[in-house]
Amino acid sequence: MAGQPIRKPTRLEPWQDAGQTPYVRIDKVTKTFGDFVAVDEVSLSIYRNEFFALLGGSGSGKTTLLRMLAGFEQPTEGKIYIDGVDMAGIPPYERPVNMMFQSYALFPHMTVEQNVAFGLKQDNVPKAEIRDRVAEMLGMVQLSAFGKRRPHQLSGGQRQRVALARSLVKRPKLLLLDEPLGALDKKLRERTQFELVNIQEKLGVTFIVVTHDQEEAMTMSSRIAVMNHGVIAQVGTPTEIYEYPHNRFVAEFIGSINMFDGRVVETDGDQVLVASEEAGCDLLIAHATPAPVGSPVSVAIRPEKIALSKEPLPDGDGRNRTTGIVREIAYLGDVSIYLVQLPNGKTVRVTAPNVTRRTEMPITWEDEVTLSWRPFAGVVLTQ
Amino acid sequence: MSAVVAILSRVGLWGRGVVVAIPYLWLLLFFLVPFLIVFGISFAESIIAQPPYSSLVDWLRDEDAGTSKLQILLNISNYFRLGGDDLYILAYLNSLKIAAVTTLFCLLIGYPMAYAIAKADPARRGPLMMLVILPFWTSFLIRIYAWIGILKGNGVISNLLEWTGLTSGPVEILYSDWAVYIGMTYCYLPFMVLPLYSTLEKMDPTLLEAAADLGSRPFKAFLSITLPLSLPGIIAGSLLVFIPAVGEFVTPELLGGPDTLMIGRVLWNEFFANRDWPVASAVAIALLLVLVVPIMIFQHVQGKQAEAGR
Amino acid sequence: MRKIGFLSWALWFGYAFLYVPIALLVVFSFNESRLVTVWSGFSTKWYGELINNDALLSAAGLSFQVAAVSATLSVMLGTCAGLALSRFGRFRGRTLFGGMITAPLVMPEVITGLSLLLLFVALEQWVGWPDGRGVTTITIAHTTFTMSYVAVVIQSRLAGMDGSLEEAAMDLGARPAKVFFVITLPLIAPALVAGWLLAFTLSLDDVVVASFVSGPGSTTLPMVIFSSVKFGISPQINALATLMVLVVASGIFVASLVMARQERQRKRDEQMAIQNG
Repeated sequence: MAGQPIRKPTRLEPWQDAGQTPYVRIDKVTKTFGDFVAVDEVSLSIYRNEFFALLGGSGSGKTTLLRMLAGFEQPTEGKIYIDGVDMAGIPPYERPVNMMFQSYALFPHMTVEQNVAFGLKQDNVPKAEIRDRVAEMLGMVQLSAFGKRRPHQLSGGQRQRVALARSLVKRPKLLLLDEPLGALDKKLRERTQFELVNIQEKLGVTFIVVTHDQEEAMTMSSRIAVMNHGVIAQVGTPTEIYEYPHNRFVAEFIGSINMFDGRVVETDGDQVLVASEEAGCDLLIAHATPAPVGSPVSVAIRPEKIALSKEPLPDGDGRNRTTGIVREIAYLGDVSIYLVQLPNGKTVRVTAPNVTRRTEMPITWEDEVTLSWRPFAGVVLTQ
Repeated sequence: MSAVVAILSRVGLWGRGVVVAIPYLWLLLFFLVPFLIVFGISFAESIIAQPPYSSLVDWLRDEDAGTSKLQILLNISNYFRLGGDDLYILAYLNSLKIAAVTTLFCLLIGYPMAYAIAKADPARRGPLMMLVILPFWTSFLIRIYAWIGILKGNGVISNLLEWTGLTSGPVEILYSDWAVYIGMTYCYLPFMVLPLYSTLEKMDPTLLEAAADLGSRPFKAFLSITLPLSLPGIIAGSLLVFIPAVGEFVTPELLGGPDTLMIGRVLWNEFFANRDWPVASAVAIALLLVLVVPIMIFQHVQGKQAEAGR
Repeated sequence: MRKIGFLSWALWFGYAFLYVPIALLVVFSFNESRLVTVWSGFSTKWYGELINNDALLSAAGLSFQVAAVSATLSVMLGTCAGLALSRFGRFRGRTLFGGMITAPLVMPEVITGLSLLLLFVALEQWVGWPDGRGVTTITIAHTTFTMSYVAVVIQSRLAGMDGSLEEAAMDLGARPAKVFFVITLPLIAPALVAGWLLAFTLSLDDVVVASFVSGPGSTTLPMVIFSSVKFGISPQINALATLMVLVVASGIFVASLVMARQERQRKRDEQMAIQNG
């Protein structure tokens, strides 16, 4: 089941505002380990109060990038600026940044209170103030009663909250989180997603989260950078990433996608007509980035944007319309996934909500169905 | 104090530099330099003096002729003696043989032990391993001494054999090569068991289950899966036993006979009995050369294990 | 099932091989007669003779002193070395350093002894220090070769430790030295103790190196035992052996009790954590 949207629709979008200076600026940063290029000329601008996600599979370079922001690795090339200051050569203990580790990294020989107080002690904060701030933080993560416990006396979810409290008690302007929800079970994960977003908004901290879980990134973030083999495939809001992927990788990485190869036949302003043997019809795409006539392109259409119908539909100039046989149905309760095989052998994935009850389903296996979609549904991709 | 730190920091010597430098300098002075000195002394002559070797470098001043010469005398006869006299060559070869046999015995006894402990109940493994290590914490000298009482004529074994009627008189196993084998195996056994256990314990037990599932009988599975996978442990343990065993002194001295030639005893005698420091140094250098290749293999294996994160 | 049988036999044979000699030592320390092979009655007279053996006792005192000092030095140096090898990545001269650390683990003792003696003699000629051989030289020698064992123990403990703990401390503002003393050191403390005990035992047990580098008036316990054993059986040695075994065995017994108690406490804590989930 897809996560519920948590962000309010009306938000200031600082990345749109040319006057805003980014809080974190990553400028053509490359990191190599011997022959291996982990991060390849990455540039990013991240603004104050963003909940920014670095999303990618393993080996995509996202963790290396995070560690460079924290100061545990130095860029081989390029520069990193935090609040306008060049971070070259600045060690982690001198950066205005705090990090929450994937393994939580709680000090096993210290109590919860001592763990949370650690960062404040390094700054020589007076004892009374330390006590107050630690108490405040523990209250915020609902662990006030557990102050005297040691990490091995806590459950996984409690340890995660201690790690969070410890990293926030110094009121950093920037918090880096490395797979923060990875070790939690599903229910706990959902609850923690809400908590993280709430805390971030309440404290006004900029969050940069590294994750491989796209659902997590989509539900929590204001913007996502999708990374693949050390480069950024696309940066955008969850909507932009999902509805308007810029390339095949992003289209296939996020959610499910149907890809139809074809050739551009006609263009008219922002409307593109693609002839596709794979789809068995012509595809008309509105709001597309124009491509030269004759060039080979792929058209990406999300499964939920395709409509299924047993009755033949009125002809639409043969565009955005094709027929096939239903081969597989997966019933998920709220939606069903249909795998429809076209005459040329290609399988199309269609998601449809179960408006009627299971027993009254009109469409079943081996039915011949008509697939249709609207011109706004597709995206033209050139690579 | 903070001024010193500041200055050292500027020079780049503070922090990590100091941590590395302290043991580094210690080892350079007390480990590396001594070898160079041994090498140097091996080219000296044995003389009646304190210390009993000639100096290699002399500054000769001839007032009348008005000359000042730097004289460097390298006496290579020590090495010729090593090569020429059968005693030394035999001692080297014998040492290699005894060390190899000891390593083999340690492997034959130690491997099943390590395997048995690795396969045991996880709760039992600690105590079982502890029982293997415990003798190591008591003096090895005393334990060798124990074998004197067991192996000598009218010793425990001899009496046992007489009592059961297998022999008609006292049997003297002591002061022979076999006594040395037993004694050395006894001392070096923990050094073989530890790395073997460490490797075997890390092995994935499901590999053997998969082999059984695919039709392999237990012994065959052991030969084709367990044994090859435990090779790093076998190599580490064998080197840990073989290399020091070649130069072993105490065990052959106490348990071996007068014709149990080992290079360690030869070195000792040259030094203490003959007071011939240069020859002893030459023996040491020759021994080092013989062992250099195994030592390098050992360091390579150690390094790989350390990097693999154990 | 037959395979299991073979393994059990092999294990028991191995243990018998290791422990029967020790058991015989202990038994015959209570033997009335001088012979260590024929039992002729129970007696503790050899323990009496042992207590009155001044030469042996003073040698023992010297050995303990040397062992304690060299173990302490060895732990300090070995911890630095283990830390450098496991946490400092590649630094200039690392290969040589690593080589110098692992070589003493396998170096034959006669070579170590001879080389150190020649060094001390040469140093005395050039610089005037050390002034003759004795406690100082033995201590230095023992520190040098036990340091490697400690380094290996510390290195393997550090390798098994979660590096992100130290990173988290740095991230929270602690400088590297602070991180070591406040975070790393407490967590490797058991390894430090193990290393100290290892170095202590190795020092206490060494006869070859000590023979080379000792001087008049600085005879160590192993040296005394060695010369007396060369001349044959002496039941006082059996008595000494029994005492040593007793000390070691009780030490290990106490240690395992402590560890078992810690284990029980840990299990209880885990239960508590799960219940709170």
